[in-house]
Amino acid sequence: MTVDAMQRIQAAYQTLADEARARQAQFDQSPLPKIHIGMATCGIASGALETQAAFETALSERGIDAHVHTVGCVGHCYAEPVVIIDYPDSGFPPILYPEVTPGKAKMLVKLFLEEGDPRFEHVMGATVENEMIPSVMEFARFNRETRVIMDRCGRIDPEQIHEYVADGGYGALATALCRTPEGVIAEVDAAGLRGRGGAGFATARKWRAGWAASGSDKLIVCNADEGDPGAYMDRTLLESNPHQVIEGMIIAAMAVGAARGLFYVRAEYPLAVRILTSAVEQARQMNFLGTDILGSGLDFDIDLFQGSGAFVCGEETALIRSVEGYRGMPRHRPPYPVERGLDGRPTVINNVKTLATVPPILEKGGDWFRGIGTADSPGTAVFSVVGNVTHPGLVEIPMGVTLRELIFEICGGIPNKKQFKAVQIGGPSGGCLSADFLDTPVDFDALTQAGAMMGSGGMVVMDEDCCMVDVSRYFLDFTQKESCGKCTFCRIGTHHLLEILRRLTRGEGREGDLAQLETLGRAVKQGSLCGLGKTAPNPVLTSLAYFRDEYEAHIKEGRCPGRTCRTLTAFYIDLDKCARGCDACVGCCPVDAVFTTSNRKKGIDQQVCVKCGECMVACPPDYDAVVKISPATLAPIIERPAEKKS
Amino acid sequence: MPLPLSAEDRAHLEILQKQIDVSPKGRGRLIPLLQLAQKALGYLPDEALSLVADHLAVTRSEVYGVASFYNQFRFNPPGKNPVKVCMGTACHVRGGEIILENFERKLEIREGETTDDREFSIERVACVGCCALAPVALVGETLHGHMAPSKVEGLVLRVRLEKEKAQREAAKS
Repeated sequence: MTVDAMQRIQAAYQTLADEARARQAQFDQSPLPKIHIGMATCGIASGALETQAAFETALSERGIDAHVHTVGCVGHCYAEPVVIIDYPDSGFPPILYPEVTPGKAKMLVKLFLEEGDPRFEHVMGATVENEMIPSVMEFARFNRETRVIMDRCGRIDPEQIHEYVADGGYGALATALCRTPEGVIAEVDAAGLRGRGGAGFATARKWRAGWAASGSDKLIVCNADEGDPGAYMDRTLLESNPHQVIEGMIIAAMAVGAARGLFYVRAEYPLAVRILTSAVEQARQMNFLGTDILGSGLDFDIDLFQGSGAFVCGEETALIRSVEGYRGMPRHRPPYPVERGLDGRPTVINNVKTLATVPPILEKGGDWFRGIGTADSPGTAVFSVVGNVTHPGLVEIPMGVTLRELIFEICGGIPNKKQFKAVQIGGPSGGCLSADFLDTPVDFDALTQAGAMMGSGGMVVMDEDCCMVDVSRYFLDFTQKESCGKCTFCRIGTHHLLEILRRLTRGEGREGDLAQLETLGRAVKQGSLCGLGKTAPNPVLTSLAYFRDEYEAHIKEGRCPGRTCRTLTAFYIDLDKCARGCDACVGCCPVDAVFTTSNRKKGIDQQVCVKCGECMVACPPDYDAVVKISPATLAPIIERPAEKKS
Repeated sequence: MPLPLSAEDRAHLEILQKQIDVSPKGRGRLIPLLQLAQKALGYLPDEALSLVADHLAVTRSEVYGVASFYNQFRFNPPGKNPVKVCMGTACHVRGGEIILENFERKLEIREGETTDDREFSIERVACVGCCALAPVALVGETLHGHMAPSKVEGLVLRVRLEKEKAQREAAKS
């Protein structure tokens, strides 16, 4: 490429960036208060739309002029709806408020925006260092994260391309366009980037194969078919910062020589689909997509395909089948999709997070990226940490951080004074690790070695009240339903595994069941073609290895140590603690199993009880009279008095 | 037994027919067309599957085979107040299954079914993404966090009461 051409590309980008910055500066420098509201699916689910409406009504009622600015998600699910109020004239720094209900919104408008009192009791922290209010950066949940992929999430409005461009967005694309495809691939190679979809395949190797593939109709696909029932980082990323993914995709297209791109997004993510559609349109308008991108001669455009919700379609060959209009069943590889993919065309398939990592690498260099994380797994990992943990949400950490740091230091440990029991990593394909593994570093290889896997990045923390047999049953139930049915071992094997697990949770376990689970589990792994079948038994096999005593308790004693399996548990009311005349448990029982016995104390009819645990929640803490016990036979039987005729 | 087509369904089918007539052909259009049909009707009755099959010149059994493979497609009409119970991992750990069971008991239908008056239907959905509120259920578009069995009854009752109120007011005017 000539120096002239390079200058032309840079100049074209500079013009667009200057315009965007000028527009952004107008907003940034406005003296009016700015109210930033997190508005991704999780925020909306927690009531962010109502909060936004409350702010707008309160502002207009009081005649206050302010910017209500909708942004993406910062990943702090436990605090949703999250609002940041930046009110320069008040003398306070920008302040982050958690759990802003409509009522709190109205209160903040009146007391903070009108009267200048930021209501310290509702503040989580300031978003910048200052001398008045402690910064949120003092919390581990903020300062231990390293954000590469999610850096801009929750800072910019995903539906306004100029906010991304003003923040340096699409600059990496301009840089990449000035280099050769080989130069771009070499940079990604130097970074040591591994695919974030779970398997950790070297991205540069995939791209090189894509570049070498013959054919002028090459295709690049972004795999956003996030199907793991406990992971939602791809969705959050697409909803909060779609342009970083689009930019990564254009760079990938340039590196492999593809003229068309396809986003495969789940139809269950309507907001992500909407935001992505508008983002692609805006990128077209600014000539980041279309013909002769930034005057470089590169032509590239993106289509959207809505995946119809089959977990197996996350597997690349199944994904291709479903776009072609068939049942999404995987096929043998080779030929790999890079040789023969969609409609026979060479197809490079990358995960959302992989593509989102590309622009920062191009911008800051492969060496910078390698400086984060571990030698074999450079960079960061995004986890959705959920379950029994104090601060659930999305966390982006450098690879190599240990599970203990992630769960206890960053996410605040186990709530309600309970003990940690296990962590399930990688969803239905991953495994359950016990407390012995808490010092395992989080990276592709260490997790695989421990029997779990990085997978989609779903991480479920479980406390002492979780039953490992039940958790295995849950995941097997999922994979069994989602098995496409092609391979016998996966189709029928998972069914039988599930049957055995169901029996165990009902207390009908038999001698030899555990051995059979192991043999069958290994057979399913060996006899299946794709990742779904190969990993489906992992939750069972790992929990059998690390929590065998729990399985044995189910079989030999009819006891569920986590007191979760309902057939093996019973609730009863401790008559010494039960207060006369309190009817809390009677009113809450959905099946009228609670009755009044002598002295107006309460009893539970074990024949009727469905063991939902509602009475235990309803019983006032002063009495704490409801007891949960396993095995169920230990519950004292209290006869229900005959119905009195009235 | 599939529920018979309602008058509304028939009107939607006619509009769908026109949309399908002008859409491009080719096997790759199959899933987008099924999505279009489901968007129009809320579900895929046999009649809609036939429209798609005829347009793409694919057999109806083939179309049904593809449609039934994917979780997105449903073959019975959704209720006016679809109940969606989250079955994500976090909700499971916090008792999502108990919530589902309570809806099933209260509405006297199973997951995947619709009540005879088409008021309610129950579905299990994958993670809706507010794990901090687990367990979670959606009634219509409204999300209810920290669900408990005793809340189920109230939710169902509220919808029924609102309907009765609307009917009374309609009768008045």
